[in-house]
Amino acid sequence: MYNLFPRLRGALWLGYFFMLAPLIYVIVYSFNDSRFVSVWSGFSLKWYHHLWNNKVLMTATVISLQVAFLSASIAVLLGTIAAVTYTRFPQMRGRGFFSFISIAPMVLPEVVLGMAFLMAYLVLQDWVGLPRNRGMLTIIIAHATIGMAYAFIMIRNRLKNFDSAVIEAAMDLGATPLSIFFKITIPIIAPTLISAWLLVFILSFDDLVVASFVSGAEVTTLPMAIFSSIKFGLTPEINALATVMIVILSVGLLLISRKLTQKDESGMILQPPSE
Amino acid sequence: MWKALLNIKNPSQKWTLFLLAGCVYAWILPVFFLGFLQITKVAFSEPYIQVPPYKNLLTHFSWEFIEFKIYLANLFDLFNEKIYVYAFGRSLKIAGLSTLIALIVAYPMALGLVMMPKRYQSSLLLLILLPFWTSFLLRVYAWIGLLNSDGIINTALMKLGLISTPLALLYTDFAVVLGIVYCYLPFMLLPLYSTLQKFDWSLIEASADLGCKPWSSFRQVLLPNTVSGIFTGCFFVFIPALGEIIIPILLGGSKAVMFGRVIWEEFFFNRDWTMASMLSLALLVILMFPIYRAQKKGDL
Repeated sequence: MYNLFPRLRGALWLGYFFMLAPLIYVIVYSFNDSRFVSVWSGFSLKWYHHLWNNKVLMTATVISLQVAFLSASIAVLLGTIAAVTYTRFPQMRGRGFFSFISIAPMVLPEVVLGMAFLMAYLVLQDWVGLPRNRGMLTIIIAHATIGMAYAFIMIRNRLKNFDSAVIEAAMDLGATPLSIFFKITIPIIAPTLISAWLLVFILSFDDLVVASFVSGAEVTTLPMAIFSSIKFGLTPEINALATVMIVILSVGLLLISRKLTQKDESGMILQPPSE
Repeated sequence: MWKALLNIKNPSQKWTLFLLAGCVYAWILPVFFLGFLQITKVAFSEPYIQVPPYKNLLTHFSWEFIEFKIYLANLFDLFNEKIYVYAFGRSLKIAGLSTLIALIVAYPMALGLVMMPKRYQSSLLLLILLPFWTSFLLRVYAWIGLLNSDGIINTALMKLGLISTPLALLYTDFAVVLGIVYCYLPFMLLPLYSTLQKFDWSLIEASADLGCKPWSSFRQVLLPNTVSGIFTGCFFVFIPALGEIIIPILLGGSKAVMFGRVIWEEFFFNRDWTMASMLSLALLVILMFPIYRAQKKGDL
Protein backbone atom coordinates (compact mmCIF):
# COMPACT_ATOMS: atom_id res chain seq x y z
CA MET A 1 0.00 0.00 0.00
CA TYR A 2 1.19 3.44 -0.87
CA ASN A 3 1.81 5.55 2.17
CA LEU A 4 0.42 8.96 1.33
CA PHE A 5 1.17 10.82 4.50
CA PRO A 6 3.74 9.08 6.69
CA ARG A 7 2.90 11.24 9.70
CA LEU A 8 -0.69 10.04 9.88
CA ARG A 9 0.14 7.53 12.57
CA GLY A 10 0.60 10.47 14.92
CA ALA A 11 -2.88 11.72 14.09
CA LEU A 12 -4.24 8.28 14.82
CA TRP A 13 -2.63 8.07 18.26
CA LEU A 14 -3.77 11.59 19.07
CA GLY A 15 -7.30 10.64 18.08
CA TYR A 16 -7.16 7.57 20.28
CA PHE A 17 -5.92 9.68 23.16
CA PHE A 18 -8.87 12.03 22.68
CA MET A 19 -11.33 9.15 22.59
CA LEU A 20 -9.99 7.11 25.46
CA ALA A 21 -8.60 9.68 27.90
CA PRO A 22 -11.99 10.60 29.39
CA LEU A 23 -12.74 6.93 30.00
CA ILE A 24 -9.36 6.41 31.66
CA TYR A 25 -9.95 9.47 33.81
CA VAL A 26 -13.28 8.08 34.98
CA ILE A 27 -11.76 4.70 35.79
CA VAL A 28 -8.83 6.15 37.73
CA TYR A 29 -10.95 8.55 39.75
CA SER A 30 -13.48 5.89 40.67
CA PHE A 31 -10.77 4.62 43.06
CA ASN A 32 -10.27 8.03 44.58
CA ASP A 33 -10.86 8.36 48.30
CA SER A 34 -11.86 12.01 48.14
CA ARG A 35 -15.37 13.32 47.69
CA PHE A 36 -14.04 15.89 45.29
CA VAL A 37 -13.72 14.60 41.80
CA SER A 38 -10.51 16.40 40.92
CA VAL A 39 -8.42 15.96 44.05
CA TRP A 40 -6.58 12.68 44.42
CA SER A 41 -6.35 11.69 48.06
CA GLY A 42 -5.61 8.00 47.99
CA PHE A 43 -6.84 4.67 46.79
CA SER A 44 -10.19 3.45 48.04
CA LEU A 45 -13.00 1.17 47.01
CA LYS A 46 -15.59 3.02 49.02
CA TRP A 47 -17.48 4.39 46.01
CA TYR A 48 -18.09 0.85 44.82
CA HIS A 49 -19.51 0.10 48.23
CA HIS A 50 -21.72 3.20 48.05
CA LEU A 51 -22.82 2.18 44.58
CA TRP A 52 -23.74 -1.30 45.74
CA ASN A 53 -25.87 0.17 48.53
CA ASN A 54 -27.51 2.77 46.32
CA LYS A 55 -31.06 1.45 46.08
CA VAL A 56 -32.16 3.93 43.41
CA LEU A 57 -29.37 3.10 40.99
CA MET A 58 -29.61 -0.63 41.60
CA THR A 59 -33.38 -0.78 41.06
CA ALA A 60 -32.99 1.32 37.95
CA THR A 61 -30.29 -1.03 36.65
CA VAL A 62 -32.56 -4.04 37.03
CA ILE A 63 -35.38 -2.22 35.23
CA SER A 64 -33.06 -1.15 32.43
CA LEU A 65 -31.74 -4.66 31.97
CA GLN A 66 -35.25 -6.06 31.69
CA VAL A 67 -36.33 -3.35 29.27
CA ALA A 68 -33.23 -3.79 27.13
CA PHE A 69 -33.57 -7.58 27.04
CA LEU A 70 -37.19 -7.54 25.96
CA SER A 71 -36.91 -4.69 23.50
CA ALA A 72 -33.87 -6.23 21.82
CA SER A 73 -35.70 -9.53 21.41
CA ILE A 74 -38.81 -7.92 19.93
CA ALA A 75 -36.72 -5.65 17.72
CA VAL A 76 -34.75 -8.52 16.21
CA LEU A 77 -37.91 -10.52 15.59
CA LEU A 78 -39.67 -7.61 13.87
CA GLY A 79 -36.51 -6.54 12.05
CA THR A 80 -36.07 -10.03 10.65
CA ILE A 81 -39.66 -10.12 9.43
CA ALA A 82 -39.28 -6.68 7.84
CA ALA A 83 -35.93 -7.50 6.22
CA VAL A 84 -37.15 -10.81 4.81
CA THR A 85 -40.26 -9.12 3.46
CA TYR A 86 -38.18 -6.38 1.92
CA THR A 87 -35.62 -8.63 0.19
CA ARG A 88 -37.96 -11.44 -0.78
CA PHE A 89 -40.60 -9.29 -2.45
CA PRO A 90 -38.98 -6.63 -4.63
CA GLN A 91 -42.24 -6.20 -6.52
CA MET A 92 -44.17 -5.42 -3.38
CA ARG A 93 -46.49 -2.46 -3.66
CA GLY A 94 -45.42 0.48 -1.51
CA ARG A 95 -41.95 -0.93 -0.98
CA GLY A 96 -40.46 2.57 -0.74
CA PHE A 97 -42.89 3.54 2.01
CA PHE A 98 -42.29 0.23 3.74
CA SER A 99 -38.55 0.74 3.91
CA PHE A 100 -38.90 4.43 4.74
CA ILE A 101 -41.14 3.81 7.70
CA SER A 102 -38.94 0.93 8.89
CA ILE A 103 -35.83 3.12 8.81
CA ALA A 104 -37.38 6.37 10.04
CA PRO A 105 -37.07 5.57 13.78
CA MET A 106 -33.32 5.28 13.31
CA VAL A 107 -32.66 8.58 11.60
CA LEU A 108 -35.02 10.98 13.35
CA PRO A 109 -33.76 12.91 16.39
CA GLU A 110 -34.68 11.43 19.74
CA VAL A 111 -36.86 14.34 20.83
CA VAL A 112 -39.12 13.91 17.84
CA LEU A 113 -39.29 10.17 18.42
CA GLY A 114 -40.11 10.56 22.08
CA MET A 115 -42.94 12.98 21.30
CA ALA A 116 -44.27 10.71 18.56
CA PHE A 117 -44.38 7.63 20.78
CA LEU A 118 -46.03 9.49 23.62
CA MET A 119 -48.66 10.98 21.32
CA ALA A 120 -49.35 7.58 19.78
CA TYR A 121 -49.84 6.03 23.21
CA LEU A 122 -52.24 8.76 24.24
CA VAL A 123 -54.33 8.32 21.12
CA LEU A 124 -54.39 4.54 21.52
CA GLN A 125 -55.37 4.93 25.16
CA ASP A 126 -58.21 7.13 24.04
CA TRP A 127 -59.41 4.71 21.36
CA VAL A 128 -58.84 1.25 22.73
CA GLY A 129 -57.87 1.83 26.36
CA LEU A 130 -54.39 0.39 25.89
CA PRO A 131 -51.66 0.88 27.07
CA ARG A 132 -53.41 1.43 30.38
CA ASN A 133 -50.61 3.41 31.96
CA ARG A 134 -47.14 4.49 31.03
CA GLY A 135 -44.28 2.49 32.43
CA MET A 136 -42.04 -0.37 31.47
CA LEU A 137 -44.28 -1.64 28.72
CA THR A 138 -44.42 1.68 26.89
CA ILE A 139 -40.64 2.05 27.11
CA ILE A 140 -40.19 -1.46 25.74
CA ILE A 141 -42.51 -0.80 22.81
CA ALA A 142 -40.73 2.45 21.95
CA HIS A 143 -37.27 0.91 22.21
CA ALA A 144 -38.32 -2.14 20.21
CA THR A 145 -39.58 0.12 17.42
CA ILE A 146 -36.36 2.13 17.28
CA GLY A 147 -34.31 -1.04 17.55
CA MET A 148 -36.27 -2.66 14.77
CA ALA A 149 -34.99 -0.01 12.38
CA TYR A 150 -31.37 -0.90 13.22
CA ALA A 151 -32.07 -4.64 13.05
CA PHE A 152 -33.89 -4.16 9.75
CA ILE A 153 -30.92 -2.47 8.11
CA MET A 154 -28.33 -4.91 9.42
CA ILE A 155 -30.31 -8.00 8.47
CA ARG A 156 -31.34 -6.55 5.12
CA ASN A 157 -27.71 -5.87 4.25
CA ARG A 158 -26.83 -9.40 5.24
CA LEU A 159 -29.62 -10.90 3.16
CA LYS A 160 -28.53 -8.83 0.16
CA ASN A 161 -25.17 -10.57 -0.11
CA PHE A 162 -26.50 -13.98 0.62
CA ASP A 163 -25.47 -16.80 -1.67
CA SER A 164 -28.74 -17.65 -3.38
CA ALA A 165 -27.32 -20.89 -4.85
CA VAL A 166 -27.91 -22.58 -1.50
CA ILE A 167 -31.55 -21.61 -1.57
CA GLU A 168 -31.97 -22.73 -5.15
CA ALA A 169 -30.34 -26.06 -4.37
CA ALA A 170 -32.68 -26.56 -1.43
CA MET A 171 -35.66 -25.72 -3.59
CA ASP A 172 -34.55 -28.14 -6.27
CA LEU A 173 -34.40 -30.80 -3.63
CA GLY A 174 -37.96 -30.02 -2.67
CA ALA A 175 -37.63 -28.00 0.53
CA THR A 176 -40.61 -25.85 1.46
CA PRO A 177 -40.09 -22.08 1.89
CA LEU A 178 -40.67 -22.39 5.61
CA SER A 179 -38.08 -25.11 6.12
CA ILE A 180 -35.66 -23.20 3.89
CA PHE A 181 -36.10 -20.21 6.16
CA PHE A 182 -35.53 -22.09 9.38
CA LYS A 183 -32.90 -24.55 8.22
CA ILE A 184 -30.84 -22.35 5.87
CA THR A 185 -31.57 -18.65 6.17
CA ILE A 186 -31.64 -18.45 9.97
CA PRO A 187 -28.37 -20.36 10.57
CA ILE A 188 -26.58 -18.29 7.93
CA ILE A 189 -27.74 -14.92 9.24
CA ALA A 190 -27.44 -15.94 12.91
CA PRO A 191 -24.26 -13.90 13.60
CA THR A 192 -26.00 -10.82 12.20
CA LEU A 193 -29.02 -11.51 14.38
CA ILE A 194 -26.77 -11.67 17.44
CA SER A 195 -24.98 -8.43 16.51
CA ALA A 196 -28.31 -6.73 15.95
CA TRP A 197 -29.63 -7.99 19.27
CA LEU A 198 -26.56 -6.68 21.10
CA LEU A 199 -26.76 -3.32 19.38
CA VAL A 200 -30.42 -2.85 20.26
CA PHE A 201 -29.75 -4.00 23.81
CA ILE A 202 -27.07 -1.33 24.22
CA LEU A 203 -29.17 1.36 22.56
CA SER A 204 -32.07 0.60 24.84
CA PHE A 205 -29.89 0.39 27.94
CA ASP A 206 -28.41 3.77 27.04
CA ASP A 207 -31.50 5.71 26.07
CA LEU A 208 -32.51 8.70 28.16
CA VAL A 209 -34.57 10.95 25.93
CA VAL A 210 -37.19 8.61 24.52
CA ALA A 211 -37.61 6.85 27.88
CA SER A 212 -38.16 10.19 29.63
CA PHE A 213 -41.02 10.96 27.28
CA VAL A 214 -42.77 7.63 27.43
CA SER A 215 -42.22 6.45 31.00
CA GLY A 216 -44.66 7.16 33.74
CA ALA A 217 -43.85 8.59 37.13
CA GLU A 218 -43.07 5.26 38.83
CA VAL A 219 -40.58 3.74 36.42
CA THR A 220 -37.05 5.09 36.32
CA THR A 221 -34.50 3.57 33.97
CA LEU A 222 -30.78 3.67 34.70
CA PRO A 223 -29.99 6.62 32.39
CA MET A 224 -32.83 8.57 33.98
CA ALA A 225 -31.43 7.85 37.44
CA ILE A 226 -27.90 8.80 36.36
CA PHE A 227 -29.15 11.98 34.74
CA SER A 228 -30.94 13.17 37.84
CA SER A 229 -27.96 12.38 40.07
CA ILE A 230 -25.58 14.21 37.70
CA LYS A 231 -27.82 17.26 37.77
CA PHE A 232 -27.41 17.38 41.54
CA GLY A 233 -23.66 17.56 41.10
CA LEU A 234 -20.75 15.25 40.48
CA THR A 235 -20.59 12.20 42.64
CA PRO A 236 -17.78 9.64 42.56
CA GLU A 237 -20.42 6.90 42.70
CA ILE A 238 -21.16 7.61 39.07
CA ASN A 239 -17.46 7.13 38.31
CA ALA A 240 -17.66 3.72 39.93
CA LEU A 241 -20.78 2.87 37.94
CA ALA A 242 -19.12 3.99 34.72
CA THR A 243 -16.08 1.85 35.49
CA VAL A 244 -18.20 -1.21 36.10
CA MET A 245 -19.99 -0.65 32.80
CA ILE A 246 -16.78 -0.05 30.87
CA VAL A 247 -15.20 -3.20 32.27
CA ILE A 248 -18.24 -5.37 31.52
CA LEU A 249 -18.44 -3.90 28.03
CA SER A 250 -14.77 -4.33 27.19
CA VAL A 251 -14.73 -7.92 28.33
CA GLY A 252 -17.97 -8.65 26.52
CA LEU A 253 -16.84 -6.84 23.41
CA LEU A 254 -13.57 -8.75 23.33
CA LEU A 255 -15.22 -12.12 23.81
CA ILE A 256 -18.02 -11.56 21.34
CA SER A 257 -16.26 -9.65 18.63
CA ARG A 258 -13.64 -12.35 18.09
CA LYS A 259 -16.40 -14.76 17.22
CA LEU A 260 -18.73 -12.46 15.37
CA THR A 261 -16.52 -10.24 13.27
CA GLN A 262 -15.35 -13.01 11.01
CA LYS A 263 -18.80 -14.37 10.45
CA ASP A 264 -20.94 -11.29 10.40
CA GLU A 265 -20.78 -9.95 6.89
CA SER A 266 -23.25 -7.17 7.53
CA GLY A 267 -20.27 -5.30 8.90
CA MET A 268 -18.23 -5.04 12.04
CA ILE A 269 -20.25 -5.71 15.06
CA LEU A 270 -21.76 -2.33 15.48
CA GLN A 271 -20.60 -0.63 12.37
CA PRO A 272 -23.09 2.20 11.92
CA PRO A 273 -25.85 0.55 9.97
CA SER A 274 -25.22 2.77 6.98
CA GLU A 275 -22.72 0.31 5.68
CA MET B 1 -32.07 -14.85 -8.11
CA TRP B 2 -35.28 -15.29 -6.19
CA LYS B 3 -37.13 -15.70 -9.50
CA ALA B 4 -39.05 -18.80 -8.56
CA LEU B 5 -40.17 -17.31 -5.28
CA LEU B 6 -40.98 -13.96 -6.74
CA ASN B 7 -44.00 -14.95 -8.65
CA ILE B 8 -46.43 -12.96 -6.57
CA LYS B 9 -49.30 -14.05 -8.80
CA ASN B 10 -48.89 -17.32 -6.99
CA PRO B 11 -51.62 -17.00 -4.35
CA SER B 12 -49.69 -18.59 -1.50
CA GLN B 13 -46.84 -16.12 -2.07
CA LYS B 14 -49.32 -13.31 -2.00
CA TRP B 15 -50.64 -14.43 1.36
CA THR B 16 -47.12 -14.76 2.72
CA LEU B 17 -46.43 -11.18 1.72
CA PHE B 18 -49.69 -10.00 3.27
CA LEU B 19 -48.91 -11.80 6.47
CA LEU B 20 -45.31 -10.63 6.77
CA ALA B 21 -45.86 -7.02 5.74
CA GLY B 22 -49.02 -7.03 7.83
CA CYS B 23 -47.05 -7.95 10.96
CA VAL B 24 -44.66 -5.06 10.42
CA TYR B 25 -47.36 -2.54 9.61
CA ALA B 26 -49.53 -3.70 12.49
CA TRP B 27 -46.68 -2.83 14.83
CA ILE B 28 -45.27 0.30 13.33
CA LEU B 29 -48.38 2.14 12.16
CA PRO B 30 -50.14 2.38 15.53
CA VAL B 31 -47.13 2.96 17.76
CA PHE B 32 -45.11 5.21 15.50
CA PHE B 33 -46.89 6.57 12.45
CA LEU B 34 -50.01 7.43 14.41
CA GLY B 35 -47.81 9.52 16.71
CA PHE B 36 -46.79 11.75 13.84
CA LEU B 37 -50.38 12.27 12.76
CA GLN B 38 -51.18 13.21 16.34
CA ILE B 39 -48.19 15.57 16.56
CA THR B 40 -49.45 17.32 13.44
CA LYS B 41 -52.92 17.57 14.97
CA VAL B 42 -51.74 18.84 18.35
CA ALA B 43 -49.45 21.37 16.67
CA PHE B 44 -52.57 23.07 15.33
CA SER B 45 -54.62 22.75 18.51
CA GLU B 46 -55.24 25.42 21.08
CA PRO B 47 -53.26 25.08 24.33
CA TYR B 48 -55.44 24.43 27.35
CA ILE B 49 -54.55 24.09 31.01
CA GLN B 50 -55.97 20.63 31.52
CA VAL B 51 -55.00 17.01 31.01
CA PRO B 52 -54.17 16.59 28.11
CA PRO B 53 -53.01 20.19 27.73
CA TYR B 54 -54.68 20.95 24.41
CA LYS B 55 -58.19 21.42 23.09
CA ASN B 56 -59.66 19.14 20.52
CA LEU B 57 -59.36 20.25 16.92
CA LEU B 58 -62.74 18.86 16.02
CA THR B 59 -65.24 20.87 17.99
CA HIS B 60 -68.46 19.61 16.51
CA PHE B 61 -69.38 16.64 14.43
CA SER B 62 -72.85 15.71 13.23
CA TRP B 63 -74.49 14.79 9.98
CA GLU B 64 -75.37 18.42 9.34
CA PHE B 65 -71.99 20.00 9.76
CA ILE B 66 -68.45 19.40 10.93
CA GLU B 67 -66.70 22.13 12.84
CA PHE B 68 -62.94 22.49 13.08
CA LYS B 69 -60.98 24.98 15.04
CA ILE B 70 -57.44 25.26 13.70
CA TYR B 71 -55.10 27.21 15.92
CA LEU B 72 -52.43 28.98 13.92
CA ALA B 73 -50.71 31.05 16.59
CA ASN B 74 -48.06 28.37 17.14
CA LEU B 75 -47.18 28.35 13.48
CA PHE B 76 -46.62 32.11 13.53
CA ASP B 77 -44.73 31.90 16.81
CA LEU B 78 -42.30 29.59 15.08
CA PHE B 79 -41.16 32.49 12.93
CA ASN B 80 -41.93 35.43 15.18
CA GLU B 81 -40.76 34.30 18.62
CA LYS B 82 -37.12 35.29 18.84
CA ILE B 83 -36.19 32.34 21.03
CA TYR B 84 -37.18 29.71 18.45
CA VAL B 85 -35.49 31.41 15.53
CA TYR B 86 -32.42 31.98 17.67
CA ALA B 87 -32.37 28.40 18.96
CA PHE B 88 -32.65 27.04 15.46
CA GLY B 89 -29.88 29.23 14.08
CA ARG B 90 -27.67 28.30 16.98
CA SER B 91 -28.36 24.60 16.61
CA LEU B 92 -27.49 24.81 12.92
CA LYS B 93 -24.26 26.61 13.80
CA ILE B 94 -23.21 24.24 16.56
CA ALA B 95 -24.23 21.08 14.67
CA GLY B 96 -22.49 22.32 11.51
CA LEU B 97 -19.32 23.27 13.32
CA SER B 98 -19.24 19.98 15.23
CA THR B 99 -19.74 17.99 12.03
CA LEU B 100 -16.90 19.86 10.34
CA ILE B 101 -14.54 19.35 13.28
CA ALA B 102 -15.50 15.70 13.55
CA LEU B 103 -14.69 15.29 9.86
CA ILE B 104 -11.34 17.04 10.24
CA VAL B 105 -10.46 14.86 13.22
CA ALA B 106 -11.82 11.61 11.82
CA TYR B 107 -10.45 11.72 8.28
CA PRO B 108 -6.75 11.56 9.20
CA MET B 109 -7.58 8.99 11.85
CA ALA B 110 -9.38 6.78 9.36
CA LEU B 111 -6.51 7.20 6.89
CA GLY B 112 -4.01 6.32 9.58
CA LEU B 113 -6.08 3.30 10.52
CA VAL B 114 -6.27 2.02 6.94
CA MET B 115 -2.50 2.35 6.65
CA MET B 116 -1.84 0.30 9.75
CA PRO B 117 -0.84 -3.33 9.20
CA LYS B 118 -3.93 -5.47 8.61
CA ARG B 119 -3.49 -7.61 11.70
CA TYR B 120 -3.72 -4.64 14.08
CA GLN B 121 -6.71 -3.07 12.39
CA SER B 122 -9.44 -5.13 14.01
CA SER B 123 -8.08 -4.54 17.53
CA LEU B 124 -7.79 -0.84 16.78
CA LEU B 125 -11.37 -0.79 15.56
CA LEU B 126 -12.41 -2.38 18.83
CA LEU B 127 -10.83 0.52 20.66
CA ILE B 128 -13.02 2.88 18.64
CA LEU B 129 -16.08 0.84 19.42
CA LEU B 130 -15.39 0.75 23.13
CA PRO B 131 -16.34 4.38 23.79
CA PHE B 132 -19.13 4.02 21.28
CA TRP B 133 -20.68 1.20 23.30
CA THR B 134 -20.14 2.92 26.63
CA SER B 135 -23.08 4.85 27.96
CA PHE B 136 -23.56 8.16 26.19
CA LEU B 137 -24.54 9.86 29.44
CA LEU B 138 -21.43 8.64 31.23
CA ARG B 139 -19.18 9.87 28.43
CA VAL B 140 -20.72 13.33 28.69
CA TYR B 141 -20.38 13.11 32.46
CA ALA B 142 -16.65 12.38 32.15
CA TRP B 143 -16.19 15.68 30.38
CA ILE B 144 -17.83 17.60 33.24
CA GLY B 145 -15.10 16.31 35.53
CA LEU B 146 -12.42 17.22 33.00
CA LEU B 147 -13.64 20.70 32.11
CA ASN B 148 -14.87 21.91 35.50
CA SER B 149 -13.21 24.97 36.96
CA ASP B 150 -11.65 22.68 39.59
CA GLY B 151 -11.40 19.86 37.06
CA ILE B 152 -8.37 18.01 35.79
CA ILE B 153 -7.54 20.28 32.86
CA ASN B 154 -7.69 23.50 34.87
CA THR B 155 -5.82 21.98 37.81
CA ALA B 156 -3.08 20.68 35.55
CA LEU B 157 -2.71 23.99 33.71
CA MET B 158 -2.50 25.88 37.00
CA LYS B 159 0.08 23.50 38.43
CA LEU B 160 2.15 23.98 35.31
CA GLY B 161 1.89 27.71 35.85
CA LEU B 162 0.37 28.36 32.43
CA ILE B 163 -2.66 30.08 33.89
CA SER B 164 -3.29 31.71 37.26
CA THR B 165 -7.09 31.59 37.37
CA PRO B 166 -9.16 28.68 36.10
CA LEU B 167 -10.39 28.98 32.54
CA ALA B 168 -14.13 28.93 32.00
CA LEU B 169 -14.33 25.75 29.94
CA LEU B 170 -17.52 24.15 31.14
CA TYR B 171 -20.85 25.79 30.28
CA THR B 172 -19.57 27.33 27.08
CA ASP B 173 -20.25 26.68 23.40
CA PHE B 174 -16.77 25.21 23.25
CA ALA B 175 -17.81 22.51 25.71
CA VAL B 176 -20.96 21.74 23.72
CA VAL B 177 -19.05 21.39 20.44
CA LEU B 178 -16.39 19.29 22.17
CA GLY B 179 -19.03 17.04 23.68
CA ILE B 180 -20.79 16.53 20.34
CA VAL B 181 -17.53 15.83 18.51
CA TYR B 182 -16.50 13.39 21.22
CA CYS B 183 -19.78 11.52 21.34
CA TYR B 184 -20.40 11.30 17.61
CA LEU B 185 -16.85 10.74 16.40
CA PRO B 186 -17.32 6.98 15.86
CA PHE B 187 -20.28 7.70 13.58
CA MET B 188 -17.95 9.72 11.38
CA LEU B 189 -14.97 7.42 11.73
CA LEU B 190 -16.56 4.10 10.78
CA PRO B 191 -18.14 5.09 7.44
CA LEU B 192 -14.90 6.88 6.50
CA TYR B 193 -12.87 3.85 7.44
CA SER B 194 -14.97 1.47 5.39
CA THR B 195 -14.91 3.77 2.33
CA LEU B 196 -11.15 4.20 2.60
CA GLN B 197 -10.73 0.47 2.97
CA LYS B 198 -12.48 -0.11 -0.35
CA PHE B 199 -10.45 2.58 -2.07
CA ASP B 200 -8.09 1.36 -4.78
CA TRP B 201 -4.69 2.60 -3.62
CA SER B 202 -3.02 1.95 -6.97
CA LEU B 203 -4.75 5.14 -8.12
CA ILE B 204 -2.63 7.09 -5.67
CA GLU B 205 0.50 5.37 -6.90
CA ALA B 206 -0.49 6.18 -10.46
CA SER B 207 -1.04 9.82 -9.60
CA ALA B 208 2.33 9.92 -7.83
CA ASP B 209 4.01 8.40 -10.87
CA LEU B 210 2.42 11.11 -12.96
CA GLY B 211 4.03 13.69 -10.73
CA CYS B 212 1.37 14.50 -8.14
CA LYS B 213 2.63 15.71 -4.78
CA PRO B 214 1.00 13.93 -1.82
CA TRP B 215 -1.24 16.88 -1.04
CA SER B 216 -2.61 17.15 -4.57
CA SER B 217 -3.00 13.37 -4.80
CA PHE B 218 -5.12 13.65 -1.72
CA ARG B 219 -7.18 16.51 -3.07
CA GLN B 220 -7.63 15.31 -6.61
CA VAL B 221 -7.75 11.55 -6.23
CA LEU B 222 -8.52 10.41 -2.71
CA LEU B 223 -11.03 13.05 -1.64
CA PRO B 224 -13.35 12.78 -4.69
CA ASN B 225 -13.31 9.00 -4.35
CA THR B 226 -14.37 9.03 -0.71
CA VAL B 227 -17.18 11.56 -0.97
CA SER B 228 -19.83 8.93 -0.21
CA GLY B 229 -18.19 8.04 3.11
CA ILE B 230 -17.88 11.71 3.97
CA PHE B 231 -21.57 12.28 3.26
CA THR B 232 -22.68 9.28 5.29
CA GLY B 233 -20.50 10.31 8.21
CA CYS B 234 -21.70 13.91 8.13
CA PHE B 235 -25.31 12.76 7.93
CA PHE B 236 -24.96 10.60 11.03
CA VAL B 237 -23.26 13.37 13.00
CA PHE B 238 -25.26 16.37 11.84
CA ILE B 239 -28.78 15.03 12.28
CA PRO B 240 -28.50 13.80 15.86
CA ALA B 241 -26.44 16.88 16.74
CA LEU B 242 -29.23 19.14 15.51
CA GLY B 243 -31.72 17.59 17.93
CA GLU B 244 -29.24 17.07 20.76
CA ILE B 245 -30.59 17.66 24.27
CA ILE B 246 -28.32 16.05 26.83
CA ILE B 247 -25.03 17.63 25.78
CA PRO B 248 -26.32 21.23 25.82
CA ILE B 249 -28.03 20.63 29.18
CA LEU B 250 -25.02 19.06 30.88
CA LEU B 251 -22.10 20.83 29.20
CA GLY B 252 -23.67 24.03 27.94
CA GLY B 253 -25.40 25.20 31.10
CA SER B 254 -28.41 27.44 31.08
CA LYS B 255 -27.31 29.57 28.15
CA ALA B 256 -26.88 26.79 25.64
CA VAL B 257 -30.22 27.06 23.89
CA MET B 258 -30.54 24.48 21.16
CA PHE B 259 -33.55 23.40 19.19
CA GLY B 260 -33.91 19.94 20.72
CA ARG B 261 -33.56 21.38 24.17
CA VAL B 262 -36.22 24.01 23.49
CA ILE B 263 -38.66 21.23 22.54
CA TRP B 264 -37.69 19.32 25.69
CA GLU B 265 -38.25 22.34 27.90
CA GLU B 266 -41.53 23.38 26.26
CA PHE B 267 -42.73 19.87 26.88
CA PHE B 268 -41.49 19.11 30.38
CA PHE B 269 -41.26 22.52 32.05
CA ASN B 270 -43.76 24.77 30.30
CA ARG B 271 -46.09 21.85 29.65
CA ASP B 272 -47.01 23.45 26.35
CA TRP B 273 -47.55 20.35 24.26
CA THR B 274 -48.96 22.27 21.34
CA MET B 275 -45.82 24.36 20.90
CA ALA B 276 -43.59 21.33 21.48
CA SER B 277 -45.53 19.53 18.75
CA MET B 278 -45.20 22.47 16.40
CA LEU B 279 -41.44 22.59 16.99
CA SER B 280 -41.11 18.83 16.46
CA LEU B 281 -43.12 19.12 13.29
CA ALA B 282 -40.84 21.89 12.08
CA LEU B 283 -37.75 19.79 12.80
CA LEU B 284 -39.34 16.84 11.04
CA VAL B 285 -40.16 18.87 7.93
CA ILE B 286 -36.63 20.27 7.82
CA LEU B 287 -35.05 16.83 8.17
CA MET B 288 -37.37 15.14 5.68
CA PHE B 289 -35.36 16.42 2.74
CA PRO B 290 -31.88 15.15 3.71
CA ILE B 291 -33.31 11.84 4.95
CA TYR B 292 -35.21 11.34 1.72
CA ARG B 293 -32.11 12.16 -0.30
CA ALA B 294 -29.93 9.80 1.72
CA GLN B 295 -32.42 7.01 1.25
CA LYS B 296 -32.68 7.64 -2.50
CA LYS B 297 -28.92 7.53 -2.80
CA GLY B 298 -28.91 4.20 -1.03
CA ASP B 299 -26.91 5.33 1.96
CA LEU B 300 -29.45 3.91 4.35
